[in-house]
Amino acid sequence: MKLSRRARFLLGLATAVVLAVVYAPLALVLLNSFNADKTFGWPPTGFTLEWWRMAGESEGARDALLTSLEVAALATVLALVLGTLAAMGLRHTRFFGRNVVSLLVILPIALPGIVTGIALQNAFGTMLGVQLSLFTLVVAHATFCIVTVFNNVQARFQRLGGSLEQASMDLGAGPWTTFRLVTLPMLRSALLAGALLSFGLSFDEIVVTTFTAPDTVQTLPIWIFGNLFRPNQAPVVNVVAAVLVVLSVVPIYLAQKLSGDTAGAAAGAR
Amino acid sequence: MLWLGVAYLGALAALLVTALWTQNDFTGQVERIWTLENFQTLLGVEVYRTITLRTIGVAAAVTVIDALLAFPVALFMAKAASPRLQRVMVIAVLTPLWASYLVKAYAWRVVFATGGPLDELGHLFGLGTPGYGLPATIVTLAYLWLPYMVLPLYAGLERVPDSLFEASADLGAGVGLTLRRVVAPMLFPSFVAGSIFTFSLSMGDYIAVKIVGGTTQMLGNVVYDNSGAANNLPFAAAVATVPIVLMLVYLTVVRRTGALEQL
Repeated sequence: MKLSRRARFLLGLATAVVLAVVYAPLALVLLNSFNADKTFGWPPTGFTLEWWRMAGESEGARDALLTSLEVAALATVLALVLGTLAAMGLRHTRFFGRNVVSLLVILPIALPGIVTGIALQNAFGTMLGVQLSLFTLVVAHATFCIVTVFNNVQARFQRLGGSLEQASMDLGAGPWTTFRLVTLPMLRSALLAGALLSFGLSFDEIVVTTFTAPDTVQTLPIWIFGNLFRPNQAPVVNVVAAVLVVLSVVPIYLAQKLSGDTAGAAAGAR
Repeated sequence: MLWLGVAYLGALAALLVTALWTQNDFTGQVERIWTLENFQTLLGVEVYRTITLRTIGVAAAVTVIDALLAFPVALFMAKAASPRLQRVMVIAVLTPLWASYLVKAYAWRVVFATGGPLDELGHLFGLGTPGYGLPATIVTLAYLWLPYMVLPLYAGLERVPDSLFEASADLGAGVGLTLRRVVAPMLFPSFVAGSIFTFSLSMGDYIAVKIVGGTTQMLGNVVYDNSGAANNLPFAAAVATVPIVLMLVYLTVVRRTGALEQL
């Protein structure tokens, strides 16, 4: 587009301002984790590493982190298996309209998390009479993770078609061999992208977790939320927050390594 | 697919059914007696009407703010930046998405705190921080969901061919007129796609509201409080049907714009 020099400059300026506003609060969290003032008065009064030491010794935070990793890993594995199976099952069938399917896939993303959360809590508690446990939590997380895996795998199927697998069958490979040697390698990067997204979503999830986890299971977001309003814990919470800000670079780096189409997949995260 | 169909839709249906049941005030147990009482309370009591309208208002405000902020960024990315800068900027927009939701809400709690940066900045002009409340809630929610608006708009603008801009300019239209008459209509489906996220996510939120909203109540808080502390699951279920119905209406309306294919 032929934009005038002035228009270009104004656009660039507006973009820079918006991006600055986006990153300023995150930078503030990082900065405050070294702020000597316990109530985080501004400007900072001095530099300290005391909060980081306290956070390192906080057992609550460490346990919560481990729980979060465990739940995210289990939910991701479950979502990978079921999401792939769903995409494969739906690949050749046209028994009900495409629109129904697309709407069904969008629904868990488009409805607020609180609806998913309370619906599942109600289904577990009131309808099925299942006690909330780590298991119900993983099932709940897997429910929204499946969508991301399904979307990624289905997009890959649509792009590549089925001719490779037909060729494999023609050459005498059984269904299992074909799946192992042809389908799986074909899906590899789509599965990795889906797994990355699922893991990230589950790790960060708090709303559905609140509704489907028992009191004894504390994920990291639940721990943060629980300690957020305690003045004594504020510095530790801030350090944990700072660590999470720094860690958020990791999936972006991995996604970049996974090539371009992952960026698009990350866009449809929820 | 079966999982989604059975587990998810089943749970949703069960939720609607529960909304029609009642609760024994004495024992706190859910009783399976059919009644419309919950919906009568929801529609009849002033507070819940106010909260519903406030929630819709907040969600709409967040969507509009996000659209206004996202448009220049998306336009810059799609039409003014070099390919290299474009890639960098996509990452710059995506990175905050991976930062924890809680951390971002928490960051704004720090910003709005008494004695925090905004308070100091306000003192320069003889003002203080607006504190925790409705404005802080809208700002925080708009901040949280901004990338969900930038990315669809960016994708949409990428698809607008440059030749259209030139044609419009050749026919004598200025930049403003071109944006209004040529780009805006073409970009509408992308805006709708983004708004599904910003609107729905704002509508269901109760955590950010708790963190920066002070005493402000949204629909999500009502659902949460009734399902947890008050332990009136049927009523919470009835309240939760409000966002479901609103979203379904919205999705049906926007289906015609072709926005759903862009998700």
